Amino acid sequence: MNFVEALSWVNIRFLLDGLLVTVEVAVLSIIFSFIIGSLLGLVRYLKIPVASKLVGLLIDLIRNLPLLLIIFFTYFALPQIGIRLDIFWSAIAAMTIFESAMLSEIIRAGLNSVPKGQTEAGLSTGLTYSQTLLYLIIPQAFKAMVPPILSQFISLIKDTSLAIIISLPEITHNAKIIYGQNTNYVIPMFAAMALLYFSICFALSRVVKRLKLGVQM
Amino acid sequence: MIQIFNDNSGILLEGFTFTLYSSVIALFFSLLIGTLFAIFQISTNKVIRLLASAYVEFFRNIPLLIIVMFFYVVVPLYWFQIDGFTAGTIGLTIYTSAFIAETIRAGILSVPKGQMEAGLSTGFTYSQTMRYIVLPQAVKIVIPPLGNQFINLVKNSSVLAMVAGLDLMYQGDLIASTTFNTFDTYILIGLLYLIITLPLTYLMAHIERRLASNE
Repeated sequence: MNFVEALSWVNIRFLLDGLLVTVEVAVLSIIFSFIIGSLLGLVRYLKIPVASKLVGLLIDLIRNLPLLLIIFFTYFALPQIGIRLDIFWSAIAAMTIFESAMLSEIIRAGLNSVPKGQTEAGLSTGLTYSQTLLYLIIPQAFKAMVPPILSQFISLIKDTSLAIIISLPEITHNAKIIYGQNTNYVIPMFAAMALLYFSICFALSRVVKRLKLGVQM
Repeated sequence: MIQIFNDNSGILLEGFTFTLYSSVIALFFSLLIGTLFAIFQISTNKVIRLLASAYVEFFRNIPLLIIVMFFYVVVPLYWFQIDGFTAGTIGLTIYTSAFIAETIRAGILSVPKGQMEAGLSTGFTYSQTMRYIVLPQAVKIVIPPLGNQFINLVKNSSVLAMVAGLDLMYQGDLIASTTFNTFDTYILIGLLYLIITLPLTYLMAHIERRLASNE
């Protein structure tokens, strides 16, 4: 193994390019998932007849599939029914489908964690139901949701590595290209990958821990 | 879709079994290792506590794929030959054990401290108190999150496909690339995963409700 040669500036820059793609895909996916997940979570929370049950079933189906399968699906299967996405957007589409289902559960649990008395209090002061939801329930629920959503974001960052299967040029993919050139680079590249993922995910997990303590207080 | 299933039922079933094998083996060993590390993490010895925390934090915060590829790429290069199934299952075990350790540690810590003190004051040793008083109470708390870990484990076992681990995802990918009917094949594979994970999800939700109503 040869750390000095493997971690030349060219290679490090190539890894950092990968890091940028990882972060881009993860951030865009979590934003889209938050929007879709909020809608789905709200539909389930409101217990709209039929719709809530259907959404619930859909969420359960998606949550119980491997993300890898969904990545394969968006890249290789969707073109068969005429939906063609490039590598970058199929990765985002797959992550968004999967994470929307995960986030909707978090959002529903967050909404449910607000005591029922709050809704009653809001209604009795003359607010309409949607006003109560918007000004009383959602702000309180949001506080409880932030730590689990951030945890989900950590898994999302780790899960972007699965998109190597469709050659998304993220960290794992670029590292593989580098160590493919020379077996002396294998261990340095694994070390570099581990360090990159670990430093991001560990830092975020500390933030989650802090926030969780804050919520409990 | 039915056509694809009939034509490939042999290898699909084989993939299904390999997925189950890998998940069950990984669950068994990660429970063992996870419990051990959970106990280490709350040990009174500072060095043991630090080492255990380092293990748990490290493996929780790197992608499963990297652990699996380490065993598939690096280990044969420097040490010994290993096949995809074994590499994948070892990777799964290590990754899951870190999560299980964290779950069990939280479970043990949620048992009130007075229980430990009560055990010690009746003349039990530390390990006796742990075994007969604290752990049985912790088990009840950790069952629902452990169930979720197992569901994740089954889903995560799909990374075996990336190291030729002969699991369901791997076979599905082969079928997709030979039949060219990717759409139906992936839906079929998805259904086969759901056969394992969906009942488990509903079972865990049921158990969680039961445990909650008992309190």
